[in-house]
Amino acid sequence: MNAKTADRIATGVIYVVSAFIVLILAGLLGYIIFRGIGHISWHFLTSAPQTIKAGGGIGPQLFNSLFLLVLTLIITIPLGLGAGIYMSEYAKAGRLTDTIRLIVEVLSSFPSIVIGLFGLLVIVNLFGLGFSLFSGALALTVFNLPLMVRITEQALKGVPREQKEASLALGLSRWKTITSVMLPIATPAIVTGTILAAGRVFGEAAALLFTAGMSSPRLDFTNWNPLDARSPLNPFRPAETLAVHIWKINSEGLAPDAAQIAAGASAVLIIMVLIFNFGARWFGRYLHRKFTATK
Amino acid sequence: MERPAANDKHFVQTANRARKVVKPHLVEEWVGKVYTTLCILVLVVTIGAIVYFVSSRGLTTFFSDGISLSGLLSGLKWDPEGDIPLYGALPFIFGSFSTSLLAALIAAPLGVCAAVFMTQIMPGIGKRILQPVIELLAGIPSVVFGFVGLSVVVPALRAIFPGQGIGIAAGAIVLSLMILPTITTIATDALSGLSAGLKEASYALGATRWQTIYRIVIPTTLPSLLTGVVLGMSRAFGEALAVQMVIGNSPHIPHSLFQSASTLTSVITLDMGNTVMGSAHNNALWSLALILLAMTFVFVFVVRFLERRKNR
Repeated sequence: MNAKTADRIATGVIYVVSAFIVLILAGLLGYIIFRGIGHISWHFLTSAPQTIKAGGGIGPQLFNSLFLLVLTLIITIPLGLGAGIYMSEYAKAGRLTDTIRLIVEVLSSFPSIVIGLFGLLVIVNLFGLGFSLFSGALALTVFNLPLMVRITEQALKGVPREQKEASLALGLSRWKTITSVMLPIATPAIVTGTILAAGRVFGEAAALLFTAGMSSPRLDFTNWNPLDARSPLNPFRPAETLAVHIWKINSEGLAPDAAQIAAGASAVLIIMVLIFNFGARWFGRYLHRKFTATK
Repeated sequence: MERPAANDKHFVQTANRARKVVKPHLVEEWVGKVYTTLCILVLVVTIGAIVYFVSSRGLTTFFSDGISLSGLLSGLKWDPEGDIPLYGALPFIFGSFSTSLLAALIAAPLGVCAAVFMTQIMPGIGKRILQPVIELLAGIPSVVFGFVGLSVVVPALRAIFPGQGIGIAAGAIVLSLMILPTITTIATDALSGLSAGLKEASYALGATRWQTIYRIVIPTTLPSLLTGVVLGMSRAFGEALAVQMVIGNSPHIPHSLFQSASTLTSVITLDMGNTVMGSAHNNALWSLALILLAMTFVFVFVVRFLERRKNR
């Protein structure tokens, strides 16, 4: 075959494949949103699910997902920042650092179900925390921590060398340089990465099946005492999240409108993920503008 | 004898003063070091605990329940509730490997094409359209993939091929979409990191763009491309819920791609909640989890090996 013809055919194939990928995503998003959007209503978003009757909602699940996300971030951010700073600023090249890097890599490639099982064994049973939001948050921390470390490390590596050296040359300690000079510059990247990671955590289910549990107690949304068993704010109650709920409905849903609920809940989940995605980008750009005074 | 003593005193005083000046500086530095080291320690302890606890549970099967490792790995029948309980995990191992291999086979060409498009053919459109598309795809939760698989892929397969539509083919299609972003992102990084001289030299010799891509760009970046594929496979191997929803979950090796099958993850997901902690059935499930854990290490090892080849 003529080289020019081969070139044209290959280019054509690559165009088609790329267009195919875009179409698949458009189809996926379109399908999920259009199929589910008709079922989304204020009632659907706020009411409790029904086991056998039709007309159940996803209120508690939505609340649990958001609450779990906040809890996870409260635990992950300080740990991930610290470990990321260590990896980028304190770790010296050598066998120890290589080992730690390997550990982060392995930890990030563990299947989420293995982390869920570990949570079941250690957090739920050994520590006696039971199926609870807190157990779920700890399991998600294991899941999220390597991501946070990598985000922080990369963001800090992106800080211009001159700025770091100028600060050190002025006699500031390394820690002061990191916290007062480097972290502010790295913040937009860290925030963007964290929100994107949070979006992933929001949709995570396998690690939560065995830690946060597959049921939600009847919640009383007027009770704001965090120690009460029926209060939504109690971190030591079992909590089914939105993603777990979708899985459960699809595998063992008994309600007659299970398919619609799954479609509606999937649409809500996707919309939340889209909000996280675009929100992260927008917020990152906003912070970048604010911190660097560029347009 | 007096003078040296006075000298000593003087020396101690200056030293004290010097220490006072330095002190907050040092304390600050110390706080930072201790804090970040503690964070790293948490990571190290976590991974140690995961490996220890999963292995200690997973190995109980062999040490106290009298099941041999080879029996578990090669047994064809999984019937823990039978009169004579049987723990053969080969159907699940087969299911896991076949779905993730097939998924990689589907996703790898698509991902590499997308990467070539974004780096070699139309970087502008690639950056503005294809890149965000890939990133969005990465953000879609696995249960949503499972839901779409259940309501689109399975009925479509049922309509086209004989059988129920559930099975390894459905699982592989769903997984291939889930690992497409992993493969594409790594391939794009590898292709855009290619030194410009190589490509220009090829063009200067009169090669067409496709010849350059096919003969120069792809072979040079092959280790990185393979890294992406292995990482994608590793993700597919450990994925639980999306696969569980579409694969059918019967404990047999299927005779075709469109028959119900099971994977390691789907069995664990379904049965772990229904067994009593410490029973032989439960321990066998932990052994399956141990296999997953071991496979993670294998995948990480392969990726490391490929990366070393790349750096050579």
